[in-house]
Amino acid sequence: MGTLSLNQRAALLSVLMLVVGLLIWEAAIPAQKAVKELTEYEILTGAGSPKAGVPPPSQVIIKAWDQLSDPFYDAGPNDKGIGIQIGYSIYRVLTGYLLAALIAIPFGFLIGMSQVAYKAFNPFIQVLRPISPLAWMPLALFIIGDSEASAIFVIFICSIWPMLINTAFGVAGVREDWVNVARTHELGPIKTAFTVILPAAAPTILTGMRISIGIAWLVIVAAEMLVGGTGIGYYVWNEWNNLDLTSVVFSILMIGVVGMLLDAMFGLLQRRVTYAE
Amino acid sequence: MKPFLSIEKLVQKFPNGNGGEMTVFENASFGVEKGEFVVILGHSGCGKSTIMNILAGLADPTSGCVIMDGQEVKGPSLDRGVVFQNYSLLPWLTTLKNVTFGIKARHPEWTKSQVEEHATNFLAMVGLEGDVIHRKPSQLSGGMRQRVSIARAFANHPKLLLLDEPFGALDALTRGTIQDELLKIWGQMEQTVFMITHDIDEAILLADRILLMTNGPYARVAESVEITIPRPRNRTEIVEHPNYYAIRNHLVQFLGKRSKELAGQPTEASKTNKPKTVRIDLTDPTEDPENKRSTLKAVNS
Ligand SMILES: Nc1ncnc2c1ncn2[C@@H]1O[C@H](COP(=O)(O)OP(=O)(O)OP(=O)(O)O)[C@@H](O)[C@H]1O
Ligand SMILES: [Mg+2]
Repeated sequence: MGTLSLNQRAALLSVLMLVVGLLIWEAAIPAQKAVKELTEYEILTGAGSPKAGVPPPSQVIIKAWDQLSDPFYDAGPNDKGIGIQIGYSIYRVLTGYLLAALIAIPFGFLIGMSQVAYKAFNPFIQVLRPISPLAWMPLALFIIGDSEASAIFVIFICSIWPMLINTAFGVAGVREDWVNVARTHELGPIKTAFTVILPAAAPTILTGMRISIGIAWLVIVAAEMLVGGTGIGYYVWNEWNNLDLTSVVFSILMIGVVGMLLDAMFGLLQRRVTYAE
Repeated sequence: MKPFLSIEKLVQKFPNGNGGEMTVFENASFGVEKGEFVVILGHSGCGKSTIMNILAGLADPTSGCVIMDGQEVKGPSLDRGVVFQNYSLLPWLTTLKNVTFGIKARHPEWTKSQVEEHATNFLAMVGLEGDVIHRKPSQLSGGMRQRVSIARAFANHPKLLLLDEPFGALDALTRGTIQDELLKIWGQMEQTVFMITHDIDEAILLADRILLMTNGPYARVAESVEITIPRPRNRTEIVEHPNYYAIRNHLVQFLGKRSKELAGQPTEASKTNKPKTVRIDLTDPTEDPENKRSTLKAVNS
């Protein structure tokens, strides 16, 4: 045992915790199995109408196997594979997020370069930033009209602030020495921005982008519950209306996994631009 | 005939924090000849870095001007290379890329391989070869970083090289090695150098001429001391030269005593305010021993 590395021991412990946790969960829900043993007749007459209960992990695993073996089936508006639903959500998140990045990063750059602009914009940012993105939904639905575009707008508005603030902060904090290096080499403003300020501020900018993608993924679930139609948020809500808690638990897990993957992607990018001084 | 670099009646005032003004130096005037190695010595806070930033074009003086090669200095330029005290390497670039960064700015028309070859040559000149040049500055020692910074500046062949306490953060041994390297490169390139230091021995080893500044505020460049020790110099041999201790004593005297006595006097005495030229040469056969005392004092030019 003494030969295991720190990481190996941690991984072992994780697996152990998972197994113990699942066993406790399984043991805590004994009655559910009975539902499956009802006869066709009993179900049809509603005698044993499955009371919505939290499913045991075994059922969730079966569900997951079932869903993940055919994630992209499409059987009408209320019955699409989990892959399709997640695909819709990711599409909305990325569209809103990229639009936000397209505005927040250049704009944050300009604000960060000028102290006056930084101070002038700060009060607006500070007021707009703490607004729950969902609070914009009614306004968005009214002005934009389209529910799909409204959901994207909500993602846009929630992911813009961390990117804007971090970009401005990162750019404003670039060491004057480095800017002086650019100046003594007669680099123009554009060249300085791309070869000195951008790489210098990149770690801070990416931190903002990483926070934003996390928030966007949190918000999309709630937004889709509101606008309905498609997406993982709608799926959760729909399965709740169907009283299919197994699917609800399964989709909760999927939301977590996708969120983790998105975060890991940005973590990887962040590591690539981070430098040691 | 104007010298290559001419500093004319430079005045620098800063707000003193209580709504008033503080004059760092007033009417600072001096010249530097082409190919000369000039070192400026003075106590902390007298305004050396301020002068250097003005020479680099990174800061504007309150009044006065700097003329280089017949043109007034306005803003930074590739013709004036700067080695900053804290190296100022870009930490996200490798050693090689830090040097090519400068060369690309100077020669945008060069091909990638030309640029890299040039950079590699100059890195080799300061003793950085092989794997090291692909490492990031954070993976280098302080001395190595300083060498990269020097290579970056030299590789661009600036008309004037400005060094702000380039060896301030280094230990004595590393300092010695890099001083030797600096002398070697300077010897090969006929580069005009203006350097700030706190170290008297370093100044004597490197300089053709040492400018002495009085304490601030109202600091002045009071004297210009010629280093009458022939080149090539070598740190172990120059101490045996008869002029070495005479010059050293003069400098120590100035920094220890006279820099204070001369300090704080707003100038009116000499309008041009050129520093007094001091030439100490005990080996000069044309001077008889009786004259030595006066030579030691001052010769006004
Ligand atoms: N931007 C500024 N605003 C106000 N005062 C300044 C500014 N820059 C420098 N000073 C003042 O000018 C004086 C000279 O500063 P400078 O940095 O030139 O000194 P120095 O001779 O380089 O000192 P050191 O040897 O310690 O580096 C100091 O008194 C400093 O407080
Ligand atoms: Mg200084």
